[in-house]
Amino acid sequence: MPKPTCQDVSVLRITPHGPEGLSHGLWLIELENPGWQAVRPGQFAMLRPTAWGFEPLWARPFSICRATPERLAFLIQAVGRGTRLLTGLKQGDTVTVWGPLGHAFNTEPGVRTLMLAGGVGIAPFVEYSAAHPTPSNLTLLFGHRPPLSCYPYEDITRLAAASAFRETSPQDIPLFVARIEEAMADHAGGLALACGPTPFLRTVRNAALKLGVRCQLSLENRMACGIGACLGCVATDSEGHHVQSCTRGPVFWANEITL
Amino acid sequence: MDQSVSLAGLNLKNPVMTASGTFGYGLEFTPYGDLAALGGIVVKGLSLKPREGNPMPRIAETPSGMLNAIGLQNCGVERFLSDKLPRLPWKATPILANLYACDPDEFGELAGVLAAEEGVAALEVNISCPNVKEGGVLFGQDPSQAAKVTEAVKKRCGSKPVMVKLSPNVADIVGIARAVEAAGADCLSLINTLTGMAVDVRTRKPRLANVVGGLSGPAVKPVALRCVWQVSRAVNIPVVGMGGISSAMDVLEFILVGAHAVQVGTANFTRPDFAFRLVEELPQVAASMGVTDWESFRGSLDVG
Repeated sequence: MPKPTCQDVSVLRITPHGPEGLSHGLWLIELENPGWQAVRPGQFAMLRPTAWGFEPLWARPFSICRATPERLAFLIQAVGRGTRLLTGLKQGDTVTVWGPLGHAFNTEPGVRTLMLAGGVGIAPFVEYSAAHPTPSNLTLLFGHRPPLSCYPYEDITRLAAASAFRETSPQDIPLFVARIEEAMADHAGGLALACGPTPFLRTVRNAALKLGVRCQLSLENRMACGIGACLGCVATDSEGHHVQSCTRGPVFWANEITL
Repeated sequence: MDQSVSLAGLNLKNPVMTASGTFGYGLEFTPYGDLAALGGIVVKGLSLKPREGNPMPRIAETPSGMLNAIGLQNCGVERFLSDKLPRLPWKATPILANLYACDPDEFGELAGVLAAEEGVAALEVNISCPNVKEGGVLFGQDPSQAAKVTEAVKKRCGSKPVMVKLSPNVADIVGIARAVEAAGADCLSLINTLTGMAVDVRTRKPRLANVVGGLSGPAVKPVALRCVWQVSRAVNIPVVGMGGISSAMDVLEFILVGAHAVQVGTANFTRPDFAFRLVEELPQVAASMGVTDWESFRGSLDVG
């Protein structure tokens, strides 16, 4: 695996995703690619604008949504202080970026693969679909609350079969869970990959274990360093040991961790 | 100018070391710089047996700082010596093993194991970590307890220097420093984190599962400077200063108040090449401040 690097790069483009991205706080940020040649889908990067000084202190981890030789794209939802500040960046601003970090999703070209995404967790599947040698084996099931246009959903539908489920009230959750289980049952001999909020990952994990589907989950955890040093992002593995989400993950086999 | 520093028998290329708990086992940082360029590396606190540490959440961001309650998760001394230390550039830069135990005998045993390793240049004794409920802070808060631990480690450490890391969570840090010096410590490092907490009004829960944790980062720098200033004037052994160092100018501030060397901690989280960049910047910044040698600059604070 190529060595990660830490560099200061420029914001090339920053824009709300789609016509309603602004009101829902969903942005696409494109940075200069600092020379990362082999980004694998599911890997992440740490982003910290140089203007932050001591405040906020930590960089923020983001899944790499798209990597080309020229640019790295990140889908960022403004949900807290750090993400709000990041979505306020302007073209030409400088961001310290380190990566690519962590373990990627498995790519198994001949295997029917189900991509399960919750909200902003759709990000890695854009790169995953683009890099996959046989996208005809891919199916996306996408759960979301803001409108579909706020997400790079169409970047995936161009390549892979996809369906979306919009959750508008808590009553919709059992319906979405049923859709997840149905899709997973349909991929019994295949591979399922999931990225999204922890309750969603828990649902996916339970379904995978129940149905015996091989499944990988990309965990989201608060991180200070992203490189395995701070021990602030640990998950608990199936033997009860604490393992760093950043270096041992963020992608784990569902049966190897607890949630 | 010559950047090197002599510290209790250790020869450092420069006064910048990395602080325990913020630099992993060192190896995590190899993609981002040359470990051998650092003045020294203090590794993550080690215990005799591996420890899983505290439940999550363990870290919280606070104004110009952070709280942590990792609970001394570590791979245990055996795995450190077999898997980590051989891959560190211990011939090129001093590796300091930070150690933690629950009683003086265990401290002694652990010190004996570590000191016997050629690749371990010195020991840093953690008597002040506030996160572990079964001890730590008690040793560091009581001069006689702190002295007991120091003696136990000194007895087993052979010729390796012993650095004792002091807690700021005490009424009189100078009293503790003097007790540790009298017990045979070769040098002191300070400060460890300040006990603090952060809460969430919306969920009405603490932000750390452990409820309280250790505050670090630029927010604690004034406290650290005060402690280093007071202690370095009161003892005859060298002092290594730390607490919120985020720039070359901060390094100079700590040396100005009396530190022989410094440790960089939380800043390593703001970018993984932080310590390497600091080492590169320091000579230029020191020169621009008219510093011609560390010896004459150290402790030259003019208090009128």
